[in-house]
Formats: sequence, C-alpha cells, structure tokens
Amino acid sequence: MNTVLRLTICVLFCWINISNGQSKMVLIKGGTYLPLYGRDSLQVTIDDFDIDVYPVTNKQFLQFVIETPKWQRSMVKKLFADDNYLSQWESDTMLHENQSLNAPITNISWFAAKDYCDCQGKRLPTIDEWEYVAMANQKLPDARKLKTYNEFILSWYEKPKTFNNEIGSTFKNYWGVYDLHGLVWEWTLDFNSVLVSGESRKDVDNDSNLFCGSAAIGATDLMNYAAFMRYAIRGSVKARYTMKNLGFRCVKDKNQKTNENH
Amino acid sequence: MRIIKFIFILLLVGAPLNSCKESKAKQELAEIYQCPMKCEGEKTFDKPGSCSVCKMDLQPISKPSALLADPFEISDTSIFNLTTKWNTEEGKTIEVIDLKGKPLVMVMIYTTCKAACPRLVADMRNIEKQIPENKKEDLQYVLISIDPETDTPARLKKFAIENQMDGEQWTFLQGSISGVREFANVLAVKYKQISPMDFSHSNIISVFNPKGELVHQQEGLGVDNKETVDHILELLK
Repeated sequence: MNTVLRLTICVLFCWINISNGQSKMVLIKGGTYLPLYGRDSLQVTIDDFDIDVYPVTNKQFLQFVIETPKWQRSMVKKLFADDNYLSQWESDTMLHENQSLNAPITNISWFAAKDYCDCQGKRLPTIDEWEYVAMANQKLPDARKLKTYNEFILSWYEKPKTFNNEIGSTFKNYWGVYDLHGLVWEWTLDFNSVLVSGESRKDVDNDSNLFCGSAAIGATDLMNYAAFMRYAIRGSVKARYTMKNLGFRCVKDKNQKTNENH
Repeated sequence: MRIIKFIFILLLVGAPLNSCKESKAKQELAEIYQCPMKCEGEKTFDKPGSCSVCKMDLQPISKPSALLADPFEISDTSIFNLTTKWNTEEGKTIEVIDLKGKPLVMVMIYTTCKAACPRLVADMRNIEKQIPENKKEDLQYVLISIDPETDTPARLKKFAIENQMDGEQWTFLQGSISGVREFANVLAVKYKQISPMDFSHSNIISVFNPKGELVHQQEGLGVDNKETVDHILELLK
C-alpha cells in the first residue's frame, strides 16, 4: 500500500514538474542526412533529441521576462539586443493589444533566445538539427525533393505577416512538430557558422555555393532556393539583431549529452 | 510520517528543476565597519556598534578594493556584461570582467590551425611590436580558442611558449562550447568546424577600451595594421 502511494505521489510530482511552464516536446530519432550546405557536403549525423512541438509563444516569453527582468525591454543590455527588441510590446511586461498570446514570440535576439532555452534546461537547436526536422512534410521524414513541399515553403515566403498567426496554424509534420515552415523564421544555436562573406581562409565549406549560381540552377531548383533563403538569413544576421519574423524553439539532448551545449 | 518525509525529499530534489529565476542579483555588499583606533588590529564588523576595547563608535570604512576598483559603470555595450567562465593558459578560472582596466586586443584562434591562425597570431605580434616600449605593459592581448575541446589550458600554455607569447600581457582563454559561441557572437566572429581538427572562421582582431567597449575591428589577414595600432595608441594616451 505504501509503495503504491509513494509511486502515485512520485508520478504526480514528476508530472507537475514537467507541465510547469515546460512546453510540449517530441522525440526526434537521430539519423544521417545530407544537408544542403553542410560541412564539405558530407553526411551529417544527428543524435536523438527532443524538440518543442511549437515555437515559443508570446505568452511563454512574457512569463520568462517577468521571472527574468534582465530580459525586459527597458533592462536589456545593448550588447545583447538591438533597439527593436520587443518593440511591439505595450510595456516591459505587457503585450500590445494586437498581439495574440499564442502567436510566436518574435523581435528577440539570439542572446535572449539562448538564455530562454538555457533557463528551461534546454538549448537552441543547431542548424543541422533544425534542418533535419524541417525537411519532413506531413508524411515523409525527408520531403525535400517533393514539389508540393517546396512550393509550400516558397508560397509562405510571399505571404505577409504570418508572424501574427497563432502557433499550430501550419501543418503537423512527420515527427509531430508544427510550424517549422509557414509561421516565422527560427534562431539556431550556431547560426553564425554560415560564412557568406568570402572572408574565410578558403571556401572549403561550399558556402560559396550560396551566392554562386548553383543555388539557382539545376533540377532541384525549388529545394535549393527554399533552403538558400534560410541560410542566407542566418549568414546575414548578428546575434543582437531582432526581426519581427524571427522567433525560436528549444531542443533537449536525449542522453544529457553535451553537444553544442556546455 | 514516512510519507511526509518522502514528499519533503521530493520537493527538495524537485525544486531546482522548477525555474530559472533571475539569479539573486548580486547584493550590494553591506558597509564594513572598523574601530577608528584599530584596537583589534584590522578586524572589521558588518554592523555599526562600538569597539569592545576603547568603546568608540565603529566607523564605516571603504569597501574591499576589488569592489571599489570600479571607477566606471559597466555600460550597456561592454563585453563585461558576459558572465561566462573561462580558463586561462595558467590554469586560472576567470570571467571576462576580470580583464578590465586595460585596453584589450582580442582574436579568436585555435592551436591546431595551420593556415590562417599563424598569420593572425603574427598580426597580433606585429601590433604588439608597434606599441612603444614604455606602454607595452598597459595593454592586454587576449586569444580565445574556438576549439575548447582540444585547446586545454596546458595546450594553450605550450602554444604561448612556442609563439613567444608567454608574457604577462598575453592571455589565452578556453571556454565552454556555448560560451565560445556566445563570445564569437559578441565579436561578430563566424566559425564552423569543418573536420575534427579544422575550422573555418572569420579573421577579425577586435580592440576594446578599458571599459570593455568595442573601439575598432580589423578584418582580414596580413592587412595593414596601422589603423588598429592608431586606435590602440589613442586608448593608451
């Protein structure tokens, strides 16, 4: 009897802990794939990890800045965020009336996004991890060659102000993850590994491909173009920049392994 | 009763998981008091009162020097806002703020690098050569490894000796992987591991004033250092 009681309490307690402000995550089974602009165009191996089902919302970020005042608009250091940081908000701890609680948080810097994830015991996904999950459509883990998949992404690029939409308003992909395409761009942990300025000592990593035509010609046109946009954005932002269509979500290592984390 | 104990333990264990509230703001250290006659030598008290020997009122004294040596506020754009921990080539653990007080010349490298880094290091030495002899001590050169897994303090020390950069004015830093990523983002340095022993990276030398604010960045390899040196000399005036 005692044991049962203890077990119940334990389960209950764990559940409270997990549900307490933690957003829903799903498991991504690791694997090997060929990213469009990876290291030397080599296969990349991804370990198992958990990923947030949705991007972080206004509501969650609001809660975060209330608990962590250094990330409030008037408190944030210029080193860590530009002048547009949370610029849409009514005040330090209030959204604008036009902003939905369930819309993705945007206008946040990489530093803020990173700290948010760290505080949840999570981290930002690497580019390779993000791309790995995002190459899935509703049915397939890798739909990059499908015309419909690419057309969906490209048609999103033409839609204005999707950042005002609520989370979950795009499709649920193969892994059970929503909104990787169609809502907002997302920060990645190592976004600053995209070298596009040509200043690296040799263009070993094929980033020259980004701007040298190969991205625009050939059989996989659409696929390259859709990814090209993402990499180009990563290559052009700095960590303190904030954009109204750039949000984030967090991931967690499955084996408490220390990947790009600590 | 045992169950209550059990719940209590659970609560204790579970508590740290719960939140990441602002780490308790570093509290202003309370005033420190001392007997004006120093009856008990250098003994200090953290509350006002009277001296137990001469019965005179204790007087507030200045805060310990580490706290007092703060003639300037840390501004919004200062790199001293970073709170990450770093190991130096001497095996000490520091924060970036421990480097304050002198102009800083910073570069990111890795020691197994065969191509760009030797030239970046040469650029650093070249800059150092152009600093007048009597000012050499007034500068701090900081080399941060982008490969913290390979570049241990011992390895950095060896690298420093091999490159005749073992003097007081040279500091080598090993951070955590995420700390290095963050620091690179502050310096606007981009880098990517392209094989287990090789990285491609931006070649940027950054100059900071004693308050940790960015003054100048030099980009590229073997470029004319004149502008960088001028900025440094300006800071040393």
